[in-house]
Amino acid sequence: MRPLIVIRRIPNIDFMGLRKLGFALSLIMTVGSLALFFTRGLNYGIDFSGGTIIEARSTNGPADLSSMRSQLDGLGLGDVSLQNFGSPDDVLIRLQRQPGGDKEQEQAVEQVKQKLGSSVEYRRTEVVGPTVGAELIRAGTEATILALFAIAIYVWFRFEWPFGVGAMLSTLHDTITTIGLFSLLQIEFNLTTLAAILTIAGYSINDTVVIYDRVRETMRRYKSMDFTALINKSLNETLSRTILTVSTTALAVLSLRLFGGEVLRGFSIAMLWGIVVGTYSSLFIAAPLLYYVRPKRAALKPGDTSEAAAGGRP
Amino acid sequence: MLYFQRWLLVVILGACAFGVIFALPNAFSPQTVAQWPSFLRQQVSLGLDLRGGSYLLYEVDFDAAERERLNNVVDDLRTQMIAAKIGYTDLAATTSRVSLKLTDPARYGDVRDIANKIDPGMDVQVSGGIVTLTPNQADLAQQQSAMVSQSIEIVRRRIDPQGTKEVSIQREAANRILIQIPGVENPEEVKQLLGQTAKMTFQLVDPNASVQDARAGHLPPGNELLPSSESVNGQPTQYWVVRRRVMVSGDTLTDAQATFQNNEPVVSFKFDSIGARRFADATKENVGKPFAIVLDNKVISAPVIKEPILGGSGVIEGSFTVQSANDLALLLRAGALPAPLTVLEERTVGPDLGADSIHAGALASIVGVVLVVIFMVVFYGLFGIFADIALFFNLCIMMALLTMLHATLTLPGIAGIALTMGMAVDANVLIYERIREEVRGGRSLISSLQAGFERAFGTILDSHVTTLVAGALMFWLGSGPVKGFAVTLSLGVLTSLFSAILVTRLLIVTWLRRLKPKAIPI
Repeated sequence: MRPLIVIRRIPNIDFMGLRKLGFALSLIMTVGSLALFFTRGLNYGIDFSGGTIIEARSTNGPADLSSMRSQLDGLGLGDVSLQNFGSPDDVLIRLQRQPGGDKEQEQAVEQVKQKLGSSVEYRRTEVVGPTVGAELIRAGTEATILALFAIAIYVWFRFEWPFGVGAMLSTLHDTITTIGLFSLLQIEFNLTTLAAILTIAGYSINDTVVIYDRVRETMRRYKSMDFTALINKSLNETLSRTILTVSTTALAVLSLRLFGGEVLRGFSIAMLWGIVVGTYSSLFIAAPLLYYVRPKRAALKPGDTSEAAAGGRP
Repeated sequence: MLYFQRWLLVVILGACAFGVIFALPNAFSPQTVAQWPSFLRQQVSLGLDLRGGSYLLYEVDFDAAERERLNNVVDDLRTQMIAAKIGYTDLAATTSRVSLKLTDPARYGDVRDIANKIDPGMDVQVSGGIVTLTPNQADLAQQQSAMVSQSIEIVRRRIDPQGTKEVSIQREAANRILIQIPGVENPEEVKQLLGQTAKMTFQLVDPNASVQDARAGHLPPGNELLPSSESVNGQPTQYWVVRRRVMVSGDTLTDAQATFQNNEPVVSFKFDSIGARRFADATKENVGKPFAIVLDNKVISAPVIKEPILGGSGVIEGSFTVQSANDLALLLRAGALPAPLTVLEERTVGPDLGADSIHAGALASIVGVVLVVIFMVVFYGLFGIFADIALFFNLCIMMALLTMLHATLTLPGIAGIALTMGMAVDANVLIYERIREEVRGGRSLISSLQAGFERAFGTILDSHVTTLVAGALMFWLGSGPVKGFAVTLSLGVLTSLFSAILVTRLLIVTWLRRLKPKAIPI
């Protein structure tokens, strides 16, 4: 049984010629993301900000948000936000953290439940105090930075330091722009989103590793090839697998986005973006960066002169 | 490439069989599986977000315990220094130490001895006539750790006295307790039970002191002003001035039961031998005087001692309902918490939402896998089918491992499974693309296959390790749901390494041997 589609032709795209465009675009995206993060900030979910959410389902058809809102506004619970959650019947009610302790949070939930009465049934209630959120933000930031370093060190260890630098910068770019996207669209940033960002850090490096492997192999084979041509050749030769590996993962994540429900919304959006931007950065950032932090070619095994002896990998 | 050592063959086939067999129970309902042989009954356990239930994260309030400890030290020092006729001024407790100024610095030795007797865990120092007592740090850490263990034990006795409920109570970090109760939709009852430390004491009421004066701030020394536990609109109905000195404390209780007396709910209690003797002595000496039954610094009731109580048992009257009498009896039986517990997080998921989440997660995973399977066939034909078969075994082995390791499957965990299904075939893509390249380069059939597998291996390893690094960090960072994701992601990455490389290779080799093809269909 033969495949229906085969990519036979090795493309001949001048990635290196596009590198300045890529760098400019990435610089804009990164600076923009940082600016958004520091000015507009993230729409933190209660995992991080503390507070209360109540997920309710209307018992008689689509929920009337405006009437519910006016009912709840009278309770004097401060900022109460309502939004549809997945289906028109489902409502997510979010209360800010009430001044006081556990008792006050509990009373606020009771007040909401009393007010809405039997018009809705309650599917989920979460009350999170402020301490846990602050700790999570710190631990999350630490974990992400640690992940970036660990990956860079691994790549450095497996390749050479210039590759490590390239890998780290492109992964940093992927995580920062993901945060920027969340700030731009004000999608709720919760614990699963944080998990997605860490996964992106681990996954977006995959294409980069595939490409770097090929760059190293090509460097060994063609000792005197011009570096620009060498990177272009490596990128074009690995392009089909870059696209195919990304596609399979993207299919899985896309299906999570479409069918996985509202709880996984932030996660799947972050992953989709991470997969796309991770591929882009492998092609337009990580590989061209090698041109600037050039790996030493003399440092490669001196004995390998013939093509046959090249201990390569794809 | 062509040759598989026998042991490797056994390992591959064994792992696949293991996967299919132990993943199988998960495809059936628990009722069906209950009929099966015992080794096949294990199913993957679902997180509370999938099965519904309550998740409560408590913090043991070390500061409150510390405050109480230091205040006790101050009280004891005061009485014992007065008894030993040691002059002092400025005896007070701050948040972290007790200090006093000696009138005669020469008596420091006596103070130190007294302090060491009161609380051996205190470091005593003197400087310029000022004595400071600070808790010994090593000792404090040990005490706090013991406090958490003891709290866990008491929490268990309170919410699961018979040990029959499916409740998980575990320590989180140094000072937290995580309680997970499946199926409970309203955790109020549990929170009610854990909301009080339930320290019970019996203290004499000072009949000469005036409550009005005490409320105005004129409290006779050695006394304290306590509100009644009964309250109307948040205001206590009554106040009492009681002696600080504890007649008998609740930790000497051996049993407490809710019963009825004159058709009113009451709580009967029994002391152990020490408690019984103290109670007998105290009641003998104070016939005709009222004594207060105090729970967490609130007076439940203050009956007058009509006659000495020598039997070591009694009843507590108060304005109880049947429920509150039962609760009090339970709290007294379970014992007092060494420190108050405060709620940090509370999450409750209804069973409907849980079922919906399972449904959504399963649907997303199935659609994802089907898309990936079709994709592989479209792009790689027969080899794509090989990859899909390997993917099937990958999924089985992963489910089997999750089941056997008693891992908890959460909704993000399901997302992790779906994600690793998409990532698993990446290894196949890398191998197949390499094979294609080798074929294009003019290599023979077998040597292309060989080179494809060999050369792709390093790349696959590198890309998997980086994902594992992220998974490990998430696990370390993780609370509940994220941990679930980290587990499935890391497991999935490991099993896919096995299935994509070894299972696919075995399939290709078998195909080569059986059909002796002339060309590779990719």
